Amino acid sequence: MSDRFTELTIDGVRRVFGEQVALRGMDLTIKGGEFVALLGPSGCGKSTALNCLAGLLPLSGGRILVDGERIDQLPPEKRGFGMVFQNYALFPHMSVRRNIAFGLAMRKVAKAEQARRVEEALRLVQLGAHADKFPGQLSGGQQQRVAIARAVVMEPPLVLMDEPLSNLDASLRLEMRSEIRRLHQSLGLTTVYVTHDQEEALALADRLVVMRDGEVQQVGTPQEVYAQPVNRHVAGFMGYRNLLPAVVTATDGEHVTVTAEGVALTGVNRNGPSSGEAVVAVRPEDFAVLAPSAPPQADELRAEVEIVEYHGREQAVEARLPGGRAVHLRTTERLAPGDAVRLRVPVERVLVFAP
Amino acid sequence: MTATATTTSATPALRHRLAERGVDRLLLLLVPGTVFIALLFLYPFLYGLQLSFQPNTGGPLANYERFFTDAYLRDTIWITLRLGLPAALFNVLASIPIAYRMRGKFRGKRLITTILVVPITLGTVLTAEGLIEYLSPVGWFNKILLGLGLVDEPVRLVHNYWGVLFSLIITGFPFAFLLTLSYLSGIDPSLERAAATLGASPRQRFRHIVMPLLAPGLAVTFCLSFVLAFSVFPSAIMVGEPQGSTHVISIAAYNTAFRDFDYPMGSAVAMIMAVVMLLVIGLVLLWRTTLYRGATGGKG
Repeated sequence: MSDRFTELTIDGVRRVFGEQVALRGMDLTIKGGEFVALLGPSGCGKSTALNCLAGLLPLSGGRILVDGERIDQLPPEKRGFGMVFQNYALFPHMSVRRNIAFGLAMRKVAKAEQARRVEEALRLVQLGAHADKFPGQLSGGQQQRVAIARAVVMEPPLVLMDEPLSNLDASLRLEMRSEIRRLHQSLGLTTVYVTHDQEEALALADRLVVMRDGEVQQVGTPQEVYAQPVNRHVAGFMGYRNLLPAVVTATDGEHVTVTAEGVALTGVNRNGPSSGEAVVAVRPEDFAVLAPSAPPQADELRAEVEIVEYHGREQAVEARLPGGRAVHLRTTERLAPGDAVRLRVPVERVLVFAP
Repeated sequence: MTATATTTSATPALRHRLAERGVDRLLLLLVPGTVFIALLFLYPFLYGLQLSFQPNTGGPLANYERFFTDAYLRDTIWITLRLGLPAALFNVLASIPIAYRMRGKFRGKRLITTILVVPITLGTVLTAEGLIEYLSPVGWFNKILLGLGLVDEPVRLVHNYWGVLFSLIITGFPFAFLLTLSYLSGIDPSLERAAATLGASPRQRFRHIVMPLLAPGLAVTFCLSFVLAFSVFPSAIMVGEPQGSTHVISIAAYNTAFRDFDYPMGSAVAMIMAVVMLLVIGLVLLWRTTLYRGATGGKG
């Protein structure tokens, strides 16, 4: 099973926990060597999908095929996929070296070959100096590296990672993120990576799978998903923090004009309706703050600054619209609570979705 | 300036200063109880110890000499070990597979646990009655064996070694089972899942992951089960042969102290009993120090 595959197919995979549907018919094709991130809020089914792939959860329906061969009936130990767990799941009674060698020992790889590959994996994750320590003596980042080494030492056809960075502090998380990317580039192992952090997913993956409520919402390259979210949920997850209810007044090809918060806005029609209710999505960084002296604009939003967070070069500002709704913006202008601001968004930066 | 500084940085509250030294004043409430328990245990122990060195006749060690020269007394050590060790070992070993299968969540877990634990609440007398009813020469078990023609005459299973062993297993198992189950639930289930993704079969997962992490707990379970079994008394009389094959050490202690009214001798027997138990526990705990005893990653 440890040959590399050219294509892994997830075909209508369903998983039901009692009354609760965790995964409703997931379809996805993963090509050999690809780094795919499953992204979504907690409870969206991404971890369920990963566990189904690993064989740790039986499917309620559907099939998983590797190069046309069904593997969804195989127990995890027969699939030969490597997995990195959120809590690392290192064997506490074994040294780092034995942890990494465990998979090789189970597969009855010759002792000399075992030692050679463990040394190689230790070098890869830069843990040579800690090889004889026990997991309890290592820091979180080091444990994380052992967990990765243990999974990749088998050179598995597929590596599964379940939120591997979520237990690390911010700076270590960035460091390990680069490490994972570097490992993927040097080993070329097909990887499925589960995360709820869009930044992590964008940074690491060749392809993103955005999920919600057990359904795949969008599959695409980071650029596609970031710039062209297919619906308001994906948009909300991709940093379109301002989602304002609106009513469509006119459509013109790919553009649509709506009334939101009493202001007529024109934006790009994503999957918006030709009439009736819609949702306008705007990223905080796309708001331009108009100078007080600027002439009035038809499509400007007026708001009162409520909260200002200092972020160095920029400020994150929460401002209240006259209708009572809050908008979030990022700006280099120095604003203070109580200031009246006039905001404008370029047409291409306004996305209109179905509600 | 300095004046204000000193007044504001007044000495912190006593509670904080004690907490800094790791003293929790509320825990001091436990002191009277602890002293009481210590005295309750220590006083009779020390009293018995000194009493055992004041035999009715002979020198300070005469009681011990008598114990080890009188075969009827000396053999009680072996008789009791022969009951206590297999009973404790069986209970621990039998509890492993059952607790292992029951470590997860499943329907009916509570019911099965209750049924397995009920014998603890029965008490030895009820268990003994049940055993006699069931296993005696005219009990159901022998009737079935005779009826099926498997044996020509009733098998003797009570009022001998076996009766006592069965009784020890029935009353001791729930205890061992509960302890083993709690040790098992302390092992992080994701360790087994990780081992599975690394290619370990269920048997290999049990051998390489579960057993090494469970073994220290099993050692403690064995010690406690053994102590319970070694002090067997009522069942050795009711379903055993108290003057012969199940003349256990606690019967010897009882008889010398309360039948022959030789308190010093009774104390000596009790001391020997304690030493044998401590020896066995010491050996098991010594073996335990050779095992991994750190965190097992779970909620335990």
